Amino acid sequence: MTTLTDAPKVTFRLSMLIYDTRYRSMTIQVVALMGFMLLAAWLINNTLTNLATLGKPIDFGFFTDPAGYDINQRLLDYNSRDTHLRASLLGLLNTLVVAVLGCITATIIGVLVGVLRLSNNWLIARIMTVYVEMFRNVPVLLWIVLAMAIMIESLPAPKAFRGDNATASMDLFDSVAVTNRGVYLPEALFSRGLGNVHVFGDSSLRFDVSRDLMAILIVLGASIFAIRWNNRRAHEIQDATGERPTTWHFTFGLLVVPTGVLLALLGFHFGYPELGGYNFKGGTHLRNSLIALWLALSLYTAAFIAEIVRGGILAISQGQSEAAGALGLRQNRIMGLVVLPQALRVIIPPLISNYLNLTKNSSLAIAVGYMDITGTLGGITMNQTGRELECILLLMLVYLTISLSISGVMNWYNNKVKLVER
Amino acid sequence: MTDTSFVRHDMLPEQAPPATSVGLLGWLRKNLFSGWVNSILTVISLGFIAYALAGLLPWVFQSVWVADSLKECREIMAATWGETHGHACWGVIRERWLQLMFGFYPPEMYWRPILAFVLLLAAIAPVLFPGAPRQLLYVTAIYPFLLPWLMWGGTIWGPVLVAAGLAIGYLVHRFLKPIIGGLFALIAAVAAALIWWLFLVGPISGALSSALPIGIESVISRNFGGFMLSILIGVVAIGVSLPIGIVLALGRQSDLLIVKALCVGFIEFIRGVPLITLLFVASTLLNIFLPPGTNFDIILRVIIMVTLFASAYMAEVIRGGLAALPRGQYEGADSLGLDYWQAQRLIIMPQALKISIPGIVSTFIGVFKDTVLVMIIGLMDPLGLATAIRADAAWNGIYWELFAFIAFLFFIFCFSMSRYSMYLERRLRTDHS
Amino acid sequence: MKKSVILGALTVAGLAAGAANAATVDDITARGKLNCGVSTGLVGFAAPDAAGIWDGFDVAVCRAVAAAVLGDPMAVEFVPTTGKTRFTALASGEVDMLARNTTWTFSRDVDLKFTFIGVNYYDGQGFMVPKDLGISSATELDGATVCIQTGTTTELNLADFFRSNNISYEPVPIETNAEAQQQYLAGACDVYTTDASGLAATRATFEAPGDHVLLPEIISKEPLGPLVRHGDDAWGDIVRWTLNALITAEELGVTSANVAEMASAAGNNPEINRLLGTEGNLGEMLGLNSDWAVGVISTSGNYGEIFEKNIGEATPIGLARGLNAQWTDGGLIYSPPFR
Repeated sequence: MTTLTDAPKVTFRLSMLIYDTRYRSMTIQVVALMGFMLLAAWLINNTLTNLATLGKPIDFGFFTDPAGYDINQRLLDYNSRDTHLRASLLGLLNTLVVAVLGCITATIIGVLVGVLRLSNNWLIARIMTVYVEMFRNVPVLLWIVLAMAIMIESLPAPKAFRGDNATASMDLFDSVAVTNRGVYLPEALFSRGLGNVHVFGDSSLRFDVSRDLMAILIVLGASIFAIRWNNRRAHEIQDATGERPTTWHFTFGLLVVPTGVLLALLGFHFGYPELGGYNFKGGTHLRNSLIALWLALSLYTAAFIAEIVRGGILAISQGQSEAAGALGLRQNRIMGLVVLPQALRVIIPPLISNYLNLTKNSSLAIAVGYMDITGTLGGITMNQTGRELECILLLMLVYLTISLSISGVMNWYNNKVKLVER
Repeated sequence: MTDTSFVRHDMLPEQAPPATSVGLLGWLRKNLFSGWVNSILTVISLGFIAYALAGLLPWVFQSVWVADSLKECREIMAATWGETHGHACWGVIRERWLQLMFGFYPPEMYWRPILAFVLLLAAIAPVLFPGAPRQLLYVTAIYPFLLPWLMWGGTIWGPVLVAAGLAIGYLVHRFLKPIIGGLFALIAAVAAALIWWLFLVGPISGALSSALPIGIESVISRNFGGFMLSILIGVVAIGVSLPIGIVLALGRQSDLLIVKALCVGFIEFIRGVPLITLLFVASTLLNIFLPPGTNFDIILRVIIMVTLFASAYMAEVIRGGLAALPRGQYEGADSLGLDYWQAQRLIIMPQALKISIPGIVSTFIGVFKDTVLVMIIGLMDPLGLATAIRADAAWNGIYWELFAFIAFLFFIFCFSMSRYSMYLERRLRTDHS
Repeated sequence: MKKSVILGALTVAGLAAGAANAATVDDITARGKLNCGVSTGLVGFAAPDAAGIWDGFDVAVCRAVAAAVLGDPMAVEFVPTTGKTRFTALASGEVDMLARNTTWTFSRDVDLKFTFIGVNYYDGQGFMVPKDLGISSATELDGATVCIQTGTTTELNLADFFRSNNISYEPVPIETNAEAQQQYLAGACDVYTTDASGLAATRATFEAPGDHVLLPEIISKEPLGPLVRHGDDAWGDIVRWTLNALITAEELGVTSANVAEMASAAGNNPEINRLLGTEGNLGEMLGLNSDWAVGVISTSGNYGEIFEKNIGEATPIGLARGLNAQWTDGGLIYSPPFR
């Protein structure tokens, strides 16, 4: 019997790079990397040559120039003398606003519709099916444009509120005005406010922090901390004595009293919108471009989410709901306590990609004149400065960052849910 | 034993169920009015439907079909109904529907896109319908060469010679394999085909077409528009992205670290940015990235970017298909002694692709819907044409009719495809059980 | 499949490679077509009809240039461009010239490196308001909601105007004229501002044009003209003098009706003779035929005829000549002499 332990002496030959599986993977990777780097170098070289020919070397200096245009919806103060950088920043904030609002409402509508599609009520189930198919099968750009057009055509103009024979009136005890320029809501005002903290001085990234808001948040936080402490104490007493002291009045009092006192001290009151000049003045103005975009994106994405939710619910075996029924749970309790929590595991991964889609689709804001980052950085700024390369690359980078953060956060949440499940 | 008068001796005859639980009434009770919550919901829904239809139906059906301008429409409306609101002016659709379908494609050549579309159905039939005759696979094989020829026209030698490149590659591989081994033969085959395509096809096709001028009139891509453009971009992007997507999906699953990183990077980058930024790249930056002086037409540039976009999504769909295959399939392939590519070709891919077909169809629907974004960079897709039509003095001011028509057509296309994809899903599911 | 489709499309569609700085005229003659960038659709200036034939005021300039260079006014490929893509299309050589009511500004001329070859329409940004608003000046617009068409110089002018007058406003940026029109009519904005020609054209299509007024303020100068790339002066000259030929023809009374007759033999007016090539060799100096201007003018007439046919008072757009009258009639339209 010959010995098997002696491996033949290996001498390295060049052909082993290709034929020996141990080395081949290495070879392929090196070749792939070199190919990629060659491609990248080729593209960059072309770009530099072309830009030199055009006389437009890469230069981000234009960001410090005055933008020159106005932005109607702004979360930070801004005027047309501010820089392109600040205009882009405002656009970014607007993108985030509509994305966050859209994701929240899309989830709510989507879950609702997904559940209702399985309803026993034939009519409701059919209507929901029609809704889902209608929205899923028509491009979102069309929905955005249509949502805007419907708002403009069907709601009254501010001038309909004016005069003695006004054809429209404000809702909710004259506190809310719904017009075709948007919705005016009451705003919170403080007659003895503490003013703002200015951060970053006069730079393009400056922003204000309201001391009032900070104070309210601090007091609320302290109250909640106290409530939790009290609940823990109640638990301990219950564990020790079997008697649970009543905590609800303490909880309620802590929630209401300190905040209420603080609000009274700050002179809190509502500012109601009033018709003055051409428009309503005062109050918070939700512009119709924001509402139309928000609605269209939510409804469109909700149609997809509804299908995901329905699929998730159907994936939970019938036995689960039957068992829950046998325990005596009612229909809505079965849904809330047994089926949905399990379905979440199936639902969340595709939900993430729908949130991503919604965020990316918010770049169509330009169709209704909502000044998101595509409208500022990728729109007017790009147009006025003629710096396409810089603007588009930066725009892509911004969206990429947002997308990766969303999927990062949602994946983290997904893993958390999974861990809890096991 | 006394008589117990209550012992029944014969069965009671079957009785009809109560009137409230059968027939229409029973159905209504069961499905619409079971409980007061449901009843309220039903009533609200009925009210909503009635309200929506009351607004919509008169607009759709009490409308003007024969008119040459919006002004004429309004005159007819005022004469017929005494008001100009609440009635559609379909005259614009009647005049422009061909344009909305084909863009500025020469009318006498409409048969070409139509034929291309019909052949497309024939070409994908063997993949989609199990009952289709196998001979249609020949159509599938030549379709990639037929489509550009039919759409853009020109000499027939271009596509024929491009197809010949594949044959040349195959022959080189076949001939060299015994001499220098499989891998080098493959490299040589690819190189030969590339040289053929890049340097020889142009001159030879020129020579052949001057010697034997077989061809159809060429149409420049700027004349493409309307739904034809949307479908073309969608079909080409999906067709081309399928092989790229397979490569990316395999790369993402592979053990090779760098290859995997490159694939993941590409997929996540494309999926992380909106299509509109990629279209901006197509319209403004692509020329800057390519060698100085390169300049090819915008539709081709858009198709390239949409293809890259679709590839990333396709890769994810196929990765899902690969992940759905049981581990045993891979192990079985290994145990048969198949190498990586044999295993992929003979065992893995046929199954994974089959599972992925519904996903591919929905990717196609998504890409097809997204093609309306090309309007933002100035191409004449249906929405872009709507803008152009409204710039015509005769139709300036028209709004809902065009959007309604476009939305309706998109709905028809996408809805039928999504229904088909559902049917497919059901069929595949039964196959597996 | 992937390579074949792209390559097939490339071979079939033709890969139009060529350095942007090569002689543009040679490219055009080799191609047999002039690539002309126009807007995606602007009433009166550029719009395709049901047969896909483009027509309009800007389009006429393209056709005239095609007639000059190729002798065929229909040998034009119209490339619809948006506010975003127009300059890239011109800079990259995708189009040979741009006739897309583009305002001649310093930065576009100098920084973006284009040559404006003249002005075919003197415009200015104006305001339109509903009559029942009862205002007569734009300075009364404090707090108003203003619809603007984005992607143009309009929003910059507007910001400057309101800032310098120290009044506030709420801008509503809108992508296309059609949407702006809809918002304005529904009362979603109080004012619509864009170029005065656009306002007039828009108003003309309203159901009740009389209910809307244009305010007297014109807050900017918007000289709109065709443009070409820097670096090919010979090509720039051809476009420039084609436009000038149209203008001169109107001044000299050469129309599409009488141009053939006037060109058949030298007449009494030497400038007409030089223009139409019956005297001198101006055409050859441009590298064209001596009778190039005959083709230009017989295409769709002289400047005045083009104006009247597309945007003049007889059309639904109904623009008066105003600043765009010949200098002899008190306008600004003025061509350097043909000599």
